[in-house]
Amino acid sequence: MRSAGVRRREVLLGSVALAAPRPSGAEPLPLLAIAPGLFVHAGVHEDFAPSNRGGIANLAVLLGEEAVAVVDAGGSPAQARDLLAAIRARTDRPIRHLILTHHHPDHVMGAGVFRAVGARIWGHARLEAALRDRFAVYRAAMERLLGPAIAGAEAVPIEETVAIGKPRRIDLGGRPLELVAWPTAHTDCDLTVFDLGTDTLLAGDLLFSRRMPVIDGSLPGWLAVMDELARIPAARVVPGHGPVSAPWPEALGPQRRYLEELAAAVRRAIRAGRSLPALLADPPPAGDWLLSEDNHPRNITAAYKELEWE
Amino acid sequence: MSTHPLSRRRVLVSVAAASISALSVPVRAQSQWDVLRELFFENRPVADGTGVIELEAPARAHDAALVEVAVRALLPQTPERYVRAVHLLIDRNPAPRAAVFRFSPRTGSASIATRIRVNEYTPVRAVAELDDGTLFTVERFVKASGGCSAPASKDKEVAYARIGKMKLVQPEKLTFGAPNELRLLISHPQYSGMQIDQLTRNWIPADHLETIRITWNDEPVLEIEADISLSEDPMIAFHLVPEGPGTLRVEASDIKGRRFVQTWQLGAGA
Repeated sequence: MRSAGVRRREVLLGSVALAAPRPSGAEPLPLLAIAPGLFVHAGVHEDFAPSNRGGIANLAVLLGEEAVAVVDAGGSPAQARDLLAAIRARTDRPIRHLILTHHHPDHVMGAGVFRAVGARIWGHARLEAALRDRFAVYRAAMERLLGPAIAGAEAVPIEETVAIGKPRRIDLGGRPLELVAWPTAHTDCDLTVFDLGTDTLLAGDLLFSRRMPVIDGSLPGWLAVMDELARIPAARVVPGHGPVSAPWPEALGPQRRYLEELAAAVRRAIRAGRSLPALLADPPPAGDWLLSEDNHPRNITAAYKELEWE
Repeated sequence: MSTHPLSRRRVLVSVAAASISALSVPVRAQSQWDVLRELFFENRPVADGTGVIELEAPARAHDAALVEVAVRALLPQTPERYVRAVHLLIDRNPAPRAAVFRFSPRTGSASIATRIRVNEYTPVRAVAELDDGTLFTVERFVKASGGCSAPASKDKEVAYARIGKMKLVQPEKLTFGAPNELRLLISHPQYSGMQIDQLTRNWIPADHLETIRITWNDEPVLEIEADISLSEDPMIAFHLVPEGPGTLRVEASDIKGRRFVQTWQLGAGA
């Protein structure tokens, strides 16, 4: 789709013409237009804190001629209400779909807000089980970390599922989206969205940029999935954490280097008989990753535990 | 179940402690360790273990379900004086005694390492029991939470497919007449009874290793009593002093009555 200029103007005009009253009390989240009808809210590179209300992940909104889709619901109902207000400030088209890229709390805790306005919930075929298993634990942790922002967070049923090897499509009206479910990588329920009209890949947390990646699935699995991802003919990517838009597939580079070096270092240590605590005492890797102080030792532990059985 | 008598004894201990503290100044609250000392050591005196053993544990754990800790014995194992057992306790865990490691004078060194679950901020302690029955303890405070109820990392089918599989990490070349560190991995889900099944939403019943016996040429090296506070896929690092090549045998059993046995021929090429 190369009518970007026209489309963008339509959307901008639309935002004035179609502006609807915003839900009371909500403060619209800042959204950046990265392609025609595709808006992203930038997550902050912080730990969960009451000040950020769990808003650490990038969230996306896709406008079609008939309907709206939201990709990831935010880290709390409070943040989700503000995302809803930002959408309502731009369009009154129905929000028909909420797509969850995986089960982590910064992506799912606001889901109930969109379900309440009629969105169908989409996810990986394994998402429901992952959520069922962890939601109570996550919610309790988020209550402690976020405070009042988490009030009202609820587990949502996953009404539309995507199985590995069986991509599904959603059409928002002149805007087809392709949803792909991946084998275990960042987590065991990673899902990506490809916006075919603008060649934009919404990678969820299969791509971290600037913020250090976190392994909660499989390190070799993630590297293998990245090889597959690289074949997607996208022009740009929206990482789950990082800039709202980055060139594709170049944006994969730093994460691939980090994960490859981590796998190599952990395998070397296991072969040499070095213990996990000895490896944890090594200096962190070079590079300007944010939050590496917490995330790198966590990744070493996850990688060691997985790779020592190879 | 023995929980009732135990909790009753706990109450009695608290009452006794309260009445003592009412009479004595300064007031000292009864600690969890006082309760454990009564529970596991019949209130025998436990001395400060500095100089006898050392405990290595992270001040803050990055994965509460997998916290690697090491106990280093500072006494050599000799027939005259040796560490008979090391008890590894996590004061504030629901099942505080993670494991008891029983040694023989032939074990070479009573130094061990293993991986534990930590359910809340807690002292982790090692208690060394010498051959004459005297007890020494050292402790480290570990900040971590949720380790006992954290979801299992593999689905049950995968976990049970690999159950009992063992792996031995050994030095490239075994040194005869000196302690060699060996690291044993035993695949076991170690269900704590505090985890929820992904599909049924029911509690997964506890299922964990109960005993691990390690012998070298049929002589006991190490016998371990294990509990739910040992991490999934338990790891045990221990020492062996071989005089020549031989056979290491590991026999492990769990609370469901499964028995896993594996042997390794070591030092043949040395």
